[in-house]
Amino acid sequence: MGRYAVRRLLQMIPVFAGATLLVFLMVHVMGDPVAGLCGERQCDPATEARLRQEFGLDKPVWQQYATYMAHVFTGDFGTAFNGQKVIDLMASAFPVTIRLTLVAVVFEVVIGVALGVVMGLRRGRPVDTSVLLLTLVVIAVPTFVTGLLAQLVFGVTWKLVQPSVSFTAPLDELLLPGLVLASVSLAYVTRLTRTSIAENARADYVRTAVAKGLPRHRVITRHLLRNSLIPVVTFIGTDIGALMGGAIVTERIFNIHGVGFQLYQGILRQNTQTVVGFVTVLIIVFLLANLLVDLLYAVLDPRIRYA
Amino acid sequence: MRPAAHAKRTARAVAVPLAIGLAVVPATTACGGGAAPAGGPDGVLSSSWGDPQNPLEPANTNEVQGGKVLDMIFRGLKRYDPKTGEARDVLAERIETTDSTHFTVTVRDGWTFSNGEKVTAKSFVDAWNYGAHLRNNQKNAYFFEYIEGYDKVHPVSGSPTADTLSGLRVTGPRTFTVTLSQRFSTWPDTLGYAAFAPLPRAFFDHHADWLAKPVGNGPYAVLNYTRGAQMSLRTWKGYPGSDKARNGGVDLRVYTDNNTAYTDLVSGNLDLLDDVPAAQLKNAKADLEGRYINSPAGILQTLSFPYYDPAWNTPGAVKVRTGLSMAINRRQITETIFRSTRTPATDWTSPVLGTDGGHKAGLCGKACHFDPAAAKKLVAEGGGIPGGRLTITYNADTGSHKQWVDAVCNSVNNTLGNDRSCVGSPVGTFADFRDRIGRKKLTGPFRAGWQMDYPLIQNFLQPLYYTNASSNDGKWSDARFDRLVNEANADPDMATAVRTFQRAEAVVRDQMAAIPLWYQNGSAGYAARLSHVELNPFSVPVYDRIEVA
Repeated sequence: MGRYAVRRLLQMIPVFAGATLLVFLMVHVMGDPVAGLCGERQCDPATEARLRQEFGLDKPVWQQYATYMAHVFTGDFGTAFNGQKVIDLMASAFPVTIRLTLVAVVFEVVIGVALGVVMGLRRGRPVDTSVLLLTLVVIAVPTFVTGLLAQLVFGVTWKLVQPSVSFTAPLDELLLPGLVLASVSLAYVTRLTRTSIAENARADYVRTAVAKGLPRHRVITRHLLRNSLIPVVTFIGTDIGALMGGAIVTERIFNIHGVGFQLYQGILRQNTQTVVGFVTVLIIVFLLANLLVDLLYAVLDPRIRYA
Repeated sequence: MRPAAHAKRTARAVAVPLAIGLAVVPATTACGGGAAPAGGPDGVLSSSWGDPQNPLEPANTNEVQGGKVLDMIFRGLKRYDPKTGEARDVLAERIETTDSTHFTVTVRDGWTFSNGEKVTAKSFVDAWNYGAHLRNNQKNAYFFEYIEGYDKVHPVSGSPTADTLSGLRVTGPRTFTVTLSQRFSTWPDTLGYAAFAPLPRAFFDHHADWLAKPVGNGPYAVLNYTRGAQMSLRTWKGYPGSDKARNGGVDLRVYTDNNTAYTDLVSGNLDLLDDVPAAQLKNAKADLEGRYINSPAGILQTLSFPYYDPAWNTPGAVKVRTGLSMAINRRQITETIFRSTRTPATDWTSPVLGTDGGHKAGLCGKACHFDPAAAKKLVAEGGGIPGGRLTITYNADTGSHKQWVDAVCNSVNNTLGNDRSCVGSPVGTFADFRDRIGRKKLTGPFRAGWQMDYPLIQNFLQPLYYTNASSNDGKWSDARFDRLVNEANADPDMATAVRTFQRAEAVVRDQMAAIPLWYQNGSAGYAARLSHVELNPFSVPVYDRIEVA
């Protein structure tokens, strides 16, 4: 297990280097960021040259990338155009997004798995069919529609919650955005769990457990559910990264100042330092979440062993 | 609506401490006016805001969001009247000159910064020297370019050879002299711009701390500032000016999307929203029950042309441009797309200048009048559109530029009877758009919006059309225009100077250097508990006059 983890960690290095290089080049291709700094006018040439020099934009791209990576390894993610350290931006944005992601994941696990189990055990019954239909609808409707609708209904019409989240983003205000963010994944988790449960319900080991005379809830939780969760865990694991980076739409609708807000602003202002910095951290989150998923397999299914 | 919204806020104030939060700032500040339900002169209002693009230094702030804050925490020698736009003395006791080149400024006594430091002549001179110097990377440095010695502290290339502007000299605790490098009779009227604000010593001595919590001499003082999220300003009780704030303070909240801010406003979670999103304009009047203002701002939208492309720089092209101008149905576009928050332009300035200030409605004449038949004829006479097709370049990330560019193209296509004679060409980001303009890559007209820096006709003409001026993106050049502008600047009499500027504007018209499209209004919506809400000519709310019930 230990050696496996180390090997996986080592494999991350080329993935990390390649991904950051790609992001760096993509932001670079977008054009010259200094041009947008002076509003509807040309910066005066002297100031423009100074700014270019200060942000290292006067050097060739490979050199910019090398300098940037060297700084990243010392924990220095550079400075945004508004004079703020990118590391400070991260310190304010990531806690918010992590909280939002956690809320979303909890919804996915609790509601998604519970619904999936109920449906899987009552395959073909009205409950199953109606929830299946419902998940289809949720998957088909884009997040911005769900988000705006939820905001309008719960925030404006019924006044149950604030339509937007205050900047400290306390957990209770994140419930609605978390649900919106989780909605599509939640539908997938439900369907995955349902299929998996339905399939395993007829497996030999379940019949054995029933034949042994185990109580029904024990058969379901200890035997059936545990073995059926593997595809669900894989999905949720990869989804964590997607939720953190993909919350741009949800964060915009509810005015949450998280990673999505910073990325959006960074892209609009062509702020290489912000975009590359945030994406780099997201890449690390992705890689670690994947590793965690693989390690969890062994816990869930005793037949899986890592050498 | 109010009581319900209010109960909501209080409930949240209770809920916040229970939440597991990594909050840095006390939770109560997040609740804006709701935390302390006080109205009257102590009432605090919440207002929408955008994250300022640059550090909040006066000479480094060139957009509205940063300008909003500077207008609250600073008062300069002059200030533009929120209604008329006229430059009025604030800290200036008098500004005297005999030759429009040498000015003697006397600063009024009794003014201090909110940290207690006295505002002296040195506060101004130090601030201006800082703003002008190349090493400080101030994006508004060019505001000081008319002061003698600017080329030494801010050379076009190479390193500066002086530390301070030779044209600025402190002559007493409250007096200093300014020497300009050229005659500029209306120069004192430019001093209302934020870049000319005085700065306390703390700005220079503890710069990072100052940026984290700016200190100025205006009616408001910064209580706390969480960058990218919120700034809380409170009324400064010791403010010596006559425009004391009539409320307890303002909480500026950053919104990524103005539509969210609008939803917040409608549901009572926000008190004031400036710049109502275009998509909501048709609902705003009904949603807000009349608490919606729509007043002229010093913004003119035009189409500029690339004169570095020889095809656009011919006598025939003048006719083509005039024809195109006449092919645009301005009235229809402003009414349907912008719901009359913009009005068809008939000159190259803005109505906020007033007729005395140089605005002359109808100066454009029939060239700005929708006339399909004449338009078609002129374009044909001029040899047709260079390249056969008109490509209007714009940035698609902000504003609702796509809608109107498509509408303009539609109008042109209908007029010329050819569905393929005009297309919009969107550019992904504003920075990329500016980059293409800067590298002279364009072959057709491009969107140009001009928001005035100060309400003078000079500001609508010289920076945009003078040879090699800072915002002359199309690189238009006309010796007659340049000569008239020089003449007007040197004229000590305001009235005749304005008339000379208008003659220069006529040159712009005869050459159709840029097609004027429409004057833009500022818009704002506000909650029922606010009154006396108005926008100044820069489309920024006049916060100090707002009263909270």
